[in-house]
Amino acid sequence: MEFPISRYRNLTVLLLVILAQLLLLGYQVKSNQDVRLIRVWAVQAVTPLARLLEAGRSNTVGMLENYFLLVGVRGKNRQLEAELGKLKLENQYLKTELATADRARALNAFQSRSPSRTIAARIIGTGSSGNAKVVFVDRGSTSGVMRGMAVITPDGIVGKVLAAYPTASQVMLITDSSFAAGVISQKNFVHGTLKGQGHSTCLVDYVQNEEKVDPGELFFTSGDDRVFPKGLPVGAANVVRAGKTFKEIYIVPSGFQGGLEEVLIVVEGVHQQLPSVQASPQAVSMLPPPPADPQAEADTARPAATPSLSTDADRMREQYKRIGEAQGHVFGGTGSRPPDFNVKPAAQKPGPPSISLPKPAEETPQNPANATPPAGRPPAQP
Amino acid sequence: MTDYGEHLLLDKPRKTSSHFRVWVTLVVPFAAILFQVYVPLFFQYLSYLELPLLVTVYFSLMRRQPVAGTFIGAGIGLVQDSLSHQPLGMFGIVKTLVGYFAGNVSMRFEVDNPVLRFILGFFFFFFHQFFYWVLMQALLGQQLGFDLAQTLMVGMLNALVALPLFHFLDKLKETG
Repeated sequence: MEFPISRYRNLTVLLLVILAQLLLLGYQVKSNQDVRLIRVWAVQAVTPLARLLEAGRSNTVGMLENYFLLVGVRGKNRQLEAELGKLKLENQYLKTELATADRARALNAFQSRSPSRTIAARIIGTGSSGNAKVVFVDRGSTSGVMRGMAVITPDGIVGKVLAAYPTASQVMLITDSSFAAGVISQKNFVHGTLKGQGHSTCLVDYVQNEEKVDPGELFFTSGDDRVFPKGLPVGAANVVRAGKTFKEIYIVPSGFQGGLEEVLIVVEGVHQQLPSVQASPQAVSMLPPPPADPQAEADTARPAATPSLSTDADRMREQYKRIGEAQGHVFGGTGSRPPDFNVKPAAQKPGPPSISLPKPAEETPQNPANATPPAGRPPAQP
Repeated sequence: MTDYGEHLLLDKPRKTSSHFRVWVTLVVPFAAILFQVYVPLFFQYLSYLELPLLVTVYFSLMRRQPVAGTFIGAGIGLVQDSLSHQPLGMFGIVKTLVGYFAGNVSMRFEVDNPVLRFILGFFFFFFHQFFYWVLMQALLGQQLGFDLAQTLMVGMLNALVALPLFHFLDKLKETG
């Protein structure tokens, strides 16, 4: 008699293998724990080879460049071939050394300037999933790297350590769709949550539509996530627009600007203050002053004597003051008679420009306050 | 049915399974995974190449046994999983199914035909991407986008790459 299990052997094996993996998957999701042993084996098997490949690639590229360099020199001058080749080789070597030293100096400068304690690491591989933005760096738990540590460059944040293996660590980049971090804007101090989008820009979520964020405004880490110390640059707002519930703010991460080769892993983070907003360095176009008008010059020459009388109101006040003083009235005092402002002052001193008040004695004998103003002027108020 | 149809669609496998040296069965999948981890670092557009999948399909087709295909797919998928940040088993389950179906197909069809290899390469890539997307939504609850046009185009590219790759791997078969 044939057992059904042996008759459907292929299907049974398939179901068993899938069931086993589902159980494995269920265990990880339910207990929120990883099957670390399998990952350690895989990473330990792959990363040394990736490191070897990287060393081989850099050496091969250097050799090929030098070879083609020498071929070109030989064609020009056979006699000087050896000397020239040597010089070019040395030049190339020094250039590479210089470039390496520049990068290392920049990292060192940042390391010494930053209050956080960091260690430098080199990227040696990417994650195996096409959608995920994950890289491997050549520093692991033996160098003191732990899960959850921040990964940065002098230009900005890069990601966080997802898993630390003895010789390498897995880093989730900030562009990964499952990445999130707390951020704050530089100018208006608006708090939000940075989220990866799976491509080159990131979204700052949970910012109310009423809050003010300017395009181009810089965002820094807020330290709320307990991963990134406060005050690290994140990027500048590229797109800012109102959304349904929250603002839609897309930023371009600044940490990837110089390309990702060397990074810093923050071993001990120290929170910093946000840098203050600086004035825009952009030049502003300004026209030259208008040419001088002879009439306006004549008008402006007179108030030069009393520079405080710059407006019509000032000049009127001065005129009424003189009228009051001529009649012995003390402004602000008590007991003196109110002055008659319809009376012309005894002597008009040249100085403040006269405003075109109506002549009270001849045409309109009423109070100057009720005087009809000339065309284009509001009624004068004493 | 025409002669060509009879030649393609067979009731029973005409050929026996192909055999490979042990180092080939270990090194080739490992190299495919290493390629996927290392090469996109310098050539980002090559990240669309799913070499571990193509190797799974090839070995499953050549072994002509669904059980062997199942284990090949599960093994390669789990190693790929351990280098990603997803829980172990996502690529494992998808590639297990790919290996199983590829093994079944090889029992019915003459899989040395380049046209059929191209079609299978395209079909299994699409199946892999779609089923992975379904599993991500269903088991992990992650909302990933599925770009149909892009998947179809990348599937064609992978199928094109599959032809020379399979031809090269044919040379590594054990003869005699």
